[in-house]
Amino acid sequence: MADTRAHGSTAVATDGGTAAGPALLEVQDLTSSYGAVRALDGVSLRADTGRITAVLGANGAGKTTLLRTVSGLVRSSSGRVVLDGEDITSASVESMVGRGMAHVPEGRGVIAELTVHENLRVGALFRGKVEKSEYDRIYDLFPRIAERRDQPAHVLSGGERQMLVIGRALLAQPRILLLDEPSLGLAPRIVAQIFGLLRRLVDSEGLSVLLVEQNARSALSVADVGVVLNLGRVVVTDSARTLMADEDLRHAYLGF
Amino acid sequence: MQYFVNVTLTGLTEGMVYSAFALALVLIWRSTRIVNFAQGSMAAATTFIALALIQAGQSYWVALVVALLSGLVLGAIVERVVIRPVEGGPELNAVIVTLGLFVAIQAAIAIVFGSAFQSFPTPFGLEGFQVGDDRIALTPNSVWVIAAVLVTMALLVVLFRFTRIGLAMRASAFGQEVARLLGVRVGRMLTLGWALAAVVGSLAGLLIAGGEFVYPAYMDSLIVFGFVAAVLGGLDSPIGAIVGGLILGLALSYVSGYVERGSALVNVAALVILMVVLLVRPGGLFASSTARRA
Amino acid sequence: MSDLQSPTTGKNGAGTATAGKASEEAPTEATAGADEPTATRRRSLLPQSTLLRHLLVLLIAAVGAVVLLEITDPFTNSQLATLTYYAIAAGGLTVLTGMNGQISLGHGALMAVGAYTTALFLSADEPLPLPLILLAAIVTATAVGALVGVAAARLHGPYLAGATLALAVGLPGLAIYFHDVLGGEQGMRVRAPRAPEAFESFISAVSGNSATNTKWLAYLGAICLLITYFLLANLIRSRIGRTWRAVRDQEVAAELAGINLGAWRVLAFVVSAAAAGLAGGVLALVVRLAAPSGFTLVLSLALLTAIVIGGLGSLLGALLGSALLVFLPPFVTDLGTGWGLNNTEAAQLAPFVYGVVLIVAMIFAPAGFVGTLRMRWLTRQAKRSAAQPSRG
Repeated sequence: MADTRAHGSTAVATDGGTAAGPALLEVQDLTSSYGAVRALDGVSLRADTGRITAVLGANGAGKTTLLRTVSGLVRSSSGRVVLDGEDITSASVESMVGRGMAHVPEGRGVIAELTVHENLRVGALFRGKVEKSEYDRIYDLFPRIAERRDQPAHVLSGGERQMLVIGRALLAQPRILLLDEPSLGLAPRIVAQIFGLLRRLVDSEGLSVLLVEQNARSALSVADVGVVLNLGRVVVTDSARTLMADEDLRHAYLGF
Repeated sequence: MQYFVNVTLTGLTEGMVYSAFALALVLIWRSTRIVNFAQGSMAAATTFIALALIQAGQSYWVALVVALLSGLVLGAIVERVVIRPVEGGPELNAVIVTLGLFVAIQAAIAIVFGSAFQSFPTPFGLEGFQVGDDRIALTPNSVWVIAAVLVTMALLVVLFRFTRIGLAMRASAFGQEVARLLGVRVGRMLTLGWALAAVVGSLAGLLIAGGEFVYPAYMDSLIVFGFVAAVLGGLDSPIGAIVGGLILGLALSYVSGYVERGSALVNVAALVILMVVLLVRPGGLFASSTARRA
Repeated sequence: MSDLQSPTTGKNGAGTATAGKASEEAPTEATAGADEPTATRRRSLLPQSTLLRHLLVLLIAAVGAVVLLEITDPFTNSQLATLTYYAIAAGGLTVLTGMNGQISLGHGALMAVGAYTTALFLSADEPLPLPLILLAAIVTATAVGALVGVAAARLHGPYLAGATLALAVGLPGLAIYFHDVLGGEQGMRVRAPRAPEAFESFISAVSGNSATNTKWLAYLGAICLLITYFLLANLIRSRIGRTWRAVRDQEVAAELAGINLGAWRVLAFVVSAAAAGLAGGVLALVVRLAAPSGFTLVLSLALLTAIVIGGLGSLLGALLGSALLVFLPPFVTDLGTGWGLNNTEAAQLAPFVYGVVLIVAMIFAPAGFVGTLRMRWLTRQAKRSAAQPSRG
């Protein structure tokens, strides 16, 4: 454990990948617990516009809790979440999307009883009336779900579901997208396709993505910055390229 | 033959009311996974409000509107005050809370309005239409009952299919967490769902009361019939609830029309139908693929 | 399935909660605590063996019952007779709902089965001995209960509630349908057998009070109650009781351990139906009438209230809850007439209170009042024993 922390602090000190200046999303010393189990133990990280930040770590490292705490589904016991200079630590879950944060939860969150198109419409509900062209844009991004727009969402394959929920989140016009394990259970080809699309969106539209992944290899291949979590603490934050090159770290925490 | 037609017509009319009542149960079940056993008492309460207005000289239609509005308010209050604390908890707790409401409201009705049998008026006649030389069992009142239920159902379809608030309600019902993350005020949608269901339940209560005697427990059978109809349809499906209501209405009408002294057996018949369905097709008559319950 | 369940399970994140699971944490802990050898050793006055301990309690309770019935007036005697049949039925319901997590709104109907059976047997010209008649009431109700139980074992929560609700509303209809035999709306008058002479000499020896028929029936009820609770208490503490709790709390684990969930649920239903049958028999004797109006839905809900107040799963709780069912109505009715309500209106205050109690208990004290108190007591005990080492 002591070794871990030493490793972590030196790595953070080098701060290879993160940008200077005010972050879009800043998580400061966040702590939260499930009952007696402390899932997050003083986690700090930042996510910037135009960048993909990947949070990596084993099962139970606190990745999902991190996202759920950021979006208010889980209440933190201490620490702050700041979005574009505004403290949103105690803001309601429902208000997050209006502030420009869209969280795609683990397990995809497709509403199986609604049609594909209705699922998309839910993403834009809070915005009031939305132009048809916005839906067309999503369908252009994901032609496979366009074919099934009037079918109930439960007929979709895993990959299509992932496309649908990302498309739905995009309809909310977020500045930052929180993605929880988008690669889970998907074929490598589909994962590459989805990550490639995320990369294009981030580069072309100045979106920020905070990605939580167990599949570290794929995530680092697309991300700008990697944050490695272990047992609720940040072990290291560095540029994705540096992390990829650090063989010891990969073996110890990322499993490849 | 004519007797058969009459029994069938009676069954369809009654079945429409069961459908409406079952629909009210299904609306709540879909959004909160709670069977609202208090639905009958709540409907009885609004019926007694209507009766009080009618006895005070107001027209049936004023009374109807006021009763439906009080159903709306009652449903919202019930969800906010007593259901919210047990939502998402152990299912037995929610069941017991709705049962508590059931008894409490029924007793409250008796305290406020008395327990005597009182006759409830109808807006239209109770004499059957003349077809050729015969009078059939279809009365102007049953036409009103059928029309009222059909219009209500059409309005619900429009609400849920074609409006943003309807979509928000469905999203809240089926994907609570996702809906919240997408900015839908799920709490409000659940309250609205209970309120709407209470309106539909109130309408069923008013329709079944028409031309009959009402007393605080007059909805006890209807809550059973509504539940049986909803279970017939799978408890999750509005269409199933409607079909289930019609099937039950017909079945019970045949029992009371063709079995000697069968009217005493109607409740028992409902029990038998329910047991058979639960044992043979627990997912309802129209269960598509997976069993919807363990 | 997970998608369908998500609206409810997502909120508390606890997965599909077994019926009544969380609500009964307290009684479970309480019994678990008492089962520990250290806990029994500390109470050195009571024997080690569960059976002996229960026999001792039975003896004390029997003496207590005699004293209670002899120092109170005839009206209270008849109230206590009422208490006995409520308590017998509530004890059975406790096994079902508290121990096994199944709900039943049909126990009023099962009581009706017992009551009508008793009334039928007593209407014979040469009636059988009373114990045999009550046994017949138990057997009949058990048979009906087994039938319902087989269906119920596959159901849970709201489905079970709805099915038993249909039973409660539907079954009394049979009495009207078969009105030639069962008396229709008017019901059947019950000829309660007279007290045996041994009873009269017993009473005159104990207290010198007059051995009225009311008193005899109260004693009869008390005897049935004591026997029922003795048997149920042993059952709860036995391996059967532990299996029931496992079926309730650890459904999946129990199934993996090779426990046939359905069979155990049916057994729980059968046991509680037997208690309800006996309760119905006693009711018929005490009220001297078996009529549909005596077995309304409100009766079933009142029983539910009794066990909820008592804290789901505790026989003592069921007894106290039943006492409330007997002594609360006259109290609130008096209160109501004091407020200017007429008699029929005031009579509705009791069910009103039942309903409010059910709601309030589920929202604020899901473990029931006895359970909540017990939990407090256990917490205090735990704190005290935790503090002890530092002191000593």
